[in-house]
Amino acid sequence: MSSLLELTLAQALDGLKTKKFTATELTNDYIKATEKCRGLNAYIVETPELALKQAKESDARYANGTARPLDGMPLGIKDLFCTDNVQTTAGSNILRGFKPQYESTVTSQLFRDGAVMLGKLNLDEFAMGSANITSAYGNVINPWSGADPVNAARKLVPGGSSGGSAAAVSARCAIAATGTDTGGSIRQPAAFSGITGIKPTYGRCSRWGIVAYASSLDQAGPMTRDVRDAAIMLRSMAGYDAKDSTSVNRPVPNYLDAIEGGIAGLRIGIPKEYRVDGMPAEIETLWQQGIKMLQDAGAEIVDISLPHTKYALATYYIVATAECSSNLARYDGVRFGEREIGKNLNEMYENTRAKGFGAEVRRRIMLGTYVLSAGYYDAYYLKGQKVRNCIARDFGQAFKQCDAILTPTAPSDAFAIGEKQDDPVKMWLNDVFTVPVNLAGLPAMSLPVGLSANKLPLGLQIIGRPFDESTVLGIGAALEAAAGFKHVPPFHA
Amino acid sequence: MTIDKNTVARIANLARIRLTEEEQNTMAKEFQGILSWVDQLQEVNTDNIPPLTSVVEITLPLREDKVTDGGYADDILANAPKQAAGFFVVPKVVE
Repeated sequence: MSSLLELTLAQALDGLKTKKFTATELTNDYIKATEKCRGLNAYIVETPELALKQAKESDARYANGTARPLDGMPLGIKDLFCTDNVQTTAGSNILRGFKPQYESTVTSQLFRDGAVMLGKLNLDEFAMGSANITSAYGNVINPWSGADPVNAARKLVPGGSSGGSAAAVSARCAIAATGTDTGGSIRQPAAFSGITGIKPTYGRCSRWGIVAYASSLDQAGPMTRDVRDAAIMLRSMAGYDAKDSTSVNRPVPNYLDAIEGGIAGLRIGIPKEYRVDGMPAEIETLWQQGIKMLQDAGAEIVDISLPHTKYALATYYIVATAECSSNLARYDGVRFGEREIGKNLNEMYENTRAKGFGAEVRRRIMLGTYVLSAGYYDAYYLKGQKVRNCIARDFGQAFKQCDAILTPTAPSDAFAIGEKQDDPVKMWLNDVFTVPVNLAGLPAMSLPVGLSANKLPLGLQIIGRPFDESTVLGIGAALEAAAGFKHVPPFHA
Repeated sequence: MTIDKNTVARIANLARIRLTEEEQNTMAKEFQGILSWVDQLQEVNTDNIPPLTSVVEITLPLREDKVTDGGYADDILANAPKQAAGFFVVPKVVE
């Protein structure tokens, strides 16, 4: 075997079960990989001692026949998940040094199933961004930037907000990673970095212990090398949790069954509104190729309409900022995080929040405060919630005609750090294809299907009915098999 | 609608974020652009559409009103910027 790092999560589990190598060997290789990849700035904190301790426990379980579903798998954890006594920053200065005294539900389930934690992964501050350029801990560099990404002429963004997760999985300094997705933060970075990522249905994974951005939109999900790995990891992450009042009490299926089934007879909807002005021809071409691949695999293609698509972004920036202004009110310098002193309590709040929050976070808190403020609530927030309903109903109508929907994930390939930064709205347009899914609470996956003219990965998105991750994964597996995307970034461990 | 510096200052006060004059001016310009972009939503006829508050079709669960958690004040205080005698410490509030 050339390198353990080449193995997918499913292959590595197999290797451990058949005693080809040990969890400690695998973890040691990944610890070396995190060191080799430090230039990408994917990790905010590395936890090698913890990883080796967990790996040793995994080896003991393999030895005595009590191995668990993810035993010995070295994962990176997005630094939005609270991890017991390990610094959790959400990419913000305001949480510098914060060590939660509890474990998020999702990470506790991963550890219950034997996962190993390599460290905490960089992200846009409070998950607000599409390029991982708003983190207080520095930009993340996409390993597709070149063989020497740190010195590349065009240093590419990995996408965001789960940019560290995407870069780490792509560059092989994590076998898989957790992400969260409020408006595309799993799927868009997955597309930019040539990996697979699924945002489950709202309510499928517990939000307890995940630093909140916009509570009616946030969902956790896996970011992996391929569809099979996503199916394995999602099963561990998903499930009812009484500590999250919007967590849904439904059985979690074995998603691996879904990816074996084939897609013959499934109806795939193609929404005509997902052709936006200025979208490069290569995105349209890729989409057409994807359609053909699914058709060849036995699916029926159906033209559908999602008429309110063009209003999704503006709706998102009302709903998400309103919720963020409320959620981020808790950072007041009293109970946790950094404090900046002032003459009185009010000044202490104002100074703490001015110093602790970066520009994009301040912008969104301010916008959210505005749309909720007296005199503007009806015109903005209430209107936004009504249009959100129109968007959700569009999907409901569409799913009468089809079983799933195929679209591009993002309107371009990865751009360079510094591009699209002159105007906030221009940056937000990156999420044009992913945001409607969050507004409707649906499951959706991005997987790599081809390369752009710049030799960068491009992804397609599969959107499913509520709680039908199985169909999404099944179609993903068929598309993956047809596309045969085997490219790796020019730089990797 | 015009967003001026005073509006931004009022919102900054509500949000408890201190902004310099220069930041207020920049943000007023940004807000102007963002809000005129958001105004496209006025095109959508929502006369008979109720607001969507949750995508999950569940009623929020109720539980018995009793203490089910707690008893770890030290953990809760562990990350406090300033604490004393089991309390969070803040600047004097009452004169």
